[in-house]
Amino acid sequence: MRTLKFLLQKEFRQIFRDKTLLRAMLLAPLVQLMLLPLASNYEIKNIYLAVVDHDHSTYSQKMVSKIVSSGYFKLAGNNASYNDAYQLIEQDKADIILEIPAGFERNLVREGSQKLFIAVNAINGTKALVGGGYLSSILGDYNNDIRLQWMQPDRFNAAPQIDIASSNWYNPLMNYKTFMVPGILVLLVTMMGSMMCALNIVKEKEIGTIEQINVTPVKKYQFILGKLIPFWVLCMVLFSVGMLLAKLVYGIGVAGNIGVLYLFLSVYLIAVLGLGLLISTYAETQQQAMSISFFFMMIFNLLGGLFTPIESMPVWAQWIAHANPVSYFISVMRMVILKGSGLHDIRYHILIMLVFGVVINTWAVMNYRKRA
Amino acid sequence: MQETVIKTEKLTKRFGDFIAANELTFEVYKGEIFGFLGANGAGKTTAMRMLCGLSKPSSGSATIAGFDVYKQPESIKKNIGYMSQKFSLYEDLTVTENIRLYAGIYGLSDKDIKEKSEALLHQLGLENEAKKLVKELPLGWRQKLSFSVAVIHKPKIVFLDEPTGGVDPVTRRQFWDLIYDASDKGVTVFVTTHYMDEAEYCNRISIMVDGYIRALDTPAKLKEQYSAASMDEVFYGLAREAKRKAD
Amino acid sequence: MKQLLTFIRKEFYHVFRDRKTLLMLFGLPIAQIILFGFALTNEIKNAQIVVSDYSKDIATTQIINKIEASQYFDVAKSLPSHKQIEAAFKEGKIKMAVIFPENFYYDLTHQNKAQIQIIADASDINAATTLTNYVTAIVMDYQLQLVKSGTIPLQIVPEIRMLYNPEMKGEFVFIPGMMSMIMLLICVMMTSISIVREKELGTMEVLLVSPFQPLMVIFSKFVPYVIVSLINVTSILLLSWLLLHLPVKGSILLLYAESLLFIFTSLALGLLISINSKTQQTAMFISLGVTMLPTIILSGFMFPIENMPIPLQVISNIVPSKWFYIIVRSIMIKGAGFSAIWKQTLILFGMMVIILGISLKRFKIRLA
Repeated sequence: MRTLKFLLQKEFRQIFRDKTLLRAMLLAPLVQLMLLPLASNYEIKNIYLAVVDHDHSTYSQKMVSKIVSSGYFKLAGNNASYNDAYQLIEQDKADIILEIPAGFERNLVREGSQKLFIAVNAINGTKALVGGGYLSSILGDYNNDIRLQWMQPDRFNAAPQIDIASSNWYNPLMNYKTFMVPGILVLLVTMMGSMMCALNIVKEKEIGTIEQINVTPVKKYQFILGKLIPFWVLCMVLFSVGMLLAKLVYGIGVAGNIGVLYLFLSVYLIAVLGLGLLISTYAETQQQAMSISFFFMMIFNLLGGLFTPIESMPVWAQWIAHANPVSYFISVMRMVILKGSGLHDIRYHILIMLVFGVVINTWAVMNYRKRA
Repeated sequence: MQETVIKTEKLTKRFGDFIAANELTFEVYKGEIFGFLGANGAGKTTAMRMLCGLSKPSSGSATIAGFDVYKQPESIKKNIGYMSQKFSLYEDLTVTENIRLYAGIYGLSDKDIKEKSEALLHQLGLENEAKKLVKELPLGWRQKLSFSVAVIHKPKIVFLDEPTGGVDPVTRRQFWDLIYDASDKGVTVFVTTHYMDEAEYCNRISIMVDGYIRALDTPAKLKEQYSAASMDEVFYGLAREAKRKAD
Repeated sequence: MKQLLTFIRKEFYHVFRDRKTLLMLFGLPIAQIILFGFALTNEIKNAQIVVSDYSKDIATTQIINKIEASQYFDVAKSLPSHKQIEAAFKEGKIKMAVIFPENFYYDLTHQNKAQIQIIADASDINAATTLTNYVTAIVMDYQLQLVKSGTIPLQIVPEIRMLYNPEMKGEFVFIPGMMSMIMLLICVMMTSISIVREKELGTMEVLLVSPFQPLMVIFSKFVPYVIVSLINVTSILLLSWLLLHLPVKGSILLLYAESLLFIFTSLALGLLISINSKTQQTAMFISLGVTMLPTIILSGFMFPIENMPIPLQVISNIVPSKWFYIIVRSIMIKGAGFSAIWKQTLILFGMMVIILGISLKRFKIRLA
């Protein structure tokens, strides 16, 4: 116990002495936490629309003004021909072309049906889909409007309609920030924890101080605890500050019990720091440790369920996701923060994390011993 | 008869096909300064690492301070001090903090730690530098500090791996004064070195070539045996036979 | 000249003998392409949902059959209360509940109107949106079957064409983004770490006091990383062509030339960072903070720039990867020539000159 006290003293002194690093470790993630949600807005506004109106009728003009007044679209230009409009797309000045053929109004009334041509710059698939979707639904609305105007109401009602009333629980306004911020915090705490832990140990290897410790009566577990505890504390602090910022800046409160969240975090950190420890046993230089952790962090982050739902992955990727601590924490964050899930609901998550922690740390300690 | 503190019997370390240390058999007595010489790559460091419990021997036996290297490495570690060729104190801790750390690790009481660090700072004349970070000290001072820290818990044996590499002659002398001082207090000193003048300071020396111990005796007797005027000649005579490339 | 070669050889040994690092650096783009190309889709399969049918008539049965027949859902039929739905959501057992109220078919045929209620667990917005869309599409499809074609007058039928990317592949966005990420990782982070490492271990001083030009010492450090980067560019292009069927539409030579420009810009940044950091960990954090993050956030490949608040849009202009991203996208996907991207190239070149200028100046000051 006494030995551990001295080791902890040493680690904390070293951490707090390197002010540049400490600042980078705590500030960088928080700045990121502030910026990322601002940038990561999937709600798409300001879609630039180029209109090619060959009809110049009342209907076509009303339609265009309905589209523009929706707030999602901005008029990039009224072009005489499709080729002119295409130029705008080439130059990235327009995202969508709406081409209204000549005789649009006349055909609509006489023949009951008329085609419209829409061309979407689909390099950015998501944006194209969303933009095309908005445009279709506005056109649908407009279609209903003119139908209502043109026909007697009872004839219109002849077609049976199914209404879909959808309600989105836990995030009724579909606010992306409440969805992203907790997830980003998870990624940050995970990266910080595992990378710092790995680099710190490898640094002692590189400089040679670890040799000195190895010839002293310090036990492996003491040395490892001496490394894990400071970073465990640091990650706890980082997480708390992150949660505070989320509350103050984005107004994201915890629907459930925050104690449950911390309980999970404390177990989670054991697994994540163990991962750092494991990496450190395989790396001889900090550069190696860095590239190995970067590699795995990238996979963990992408398959963590933050950017795309885990349900949407192919089976092999889902298996990786199940072996990915990040995905459990992201799911727990959503459960506790947004849904207010309790200890009972996340019992399996905690259990799995415990297994992770034990397996990873045992592996790391075994591998560590081999080297010495 | 003198008390034996290190005793090895055919101690061997293999890395695959490569035999780094081959059937080393020797004894070191209490209070002795035992020099371990050899060219780079001769196997000195490997041998020393086995004795310190840092690496497991492939075969043979060894007891250090009465403890077996296979079965009781942790007990060995309590009874030895070690200073490696790489600088081994924490550069981003102050002088006092380093002393406290190692004294604490070796289980000294708070009272002991306080007394020892004061005595140590006084002995090294580092009182004014106590609160400085170690990286701000000149290399020679750091090495002396390193040594003093390695013997702070009064170990039975202290292992020094090329302790004076890159240090100026004056500081080297001072360093050896520290070694003699420790030896006078009954600490056995096991030291590897490149410097032949330092070899002369040792009570007994062994010379390793290609993983074997080729010579082992007092400096005087070795010179006599090889009819050489200096240790330099003895060493070069043996080292020339080496087939292994230095690293 | 011979000295230079000696130094370059030394650096090659360092980089190419470190198998683990090399494996990671070469493996990273491959893993990313596989993940982005095959794992990260927005198509959900077998989502656990509950369907509550309080009506049990022809219409509901038909719709539920359609829902079950699609691969999207794993349907459990039961009649849970709101409380039970909530409990299932909290445990994460289901993602959505679809509820058909009583007299569904009666309402539909007699009042021409019926309602379906969807309750989605929107704690995962992406999944909630996708699943709601699936159900909506299935219901709309059913509705169309009910209506004899031609009974609805005044139909506007939009025909949507997807330009450049008719299959709506995400690859078009991430391949160019990934190229800049990998190059930044290698040229900024790895380079600065390796320079600072020599500082930390003290070997840098040995090199700098050698009769060799200090600048050449640095230059020879760059060479292996340039080569590793170029190998990665090649492997990314090959994989995206073979695996994702995404060939380079424009000139490959131009693409390589622009990549080299970006590589040098990154190396200059790496040099600047290494001059300003004392430890490898600091170098790593600055690299992460100054290059990787802005690339992820502000280069436009993860999030559209035009959606961002104005200050961020302004800041995005000083991020080199933003310009490189536009360049690569134009060459690879639109098949644009130099005339279309000369402006971005000029900006990138200017950035390189400025960063290199600053770092060389600071480098000299340190030596003096």
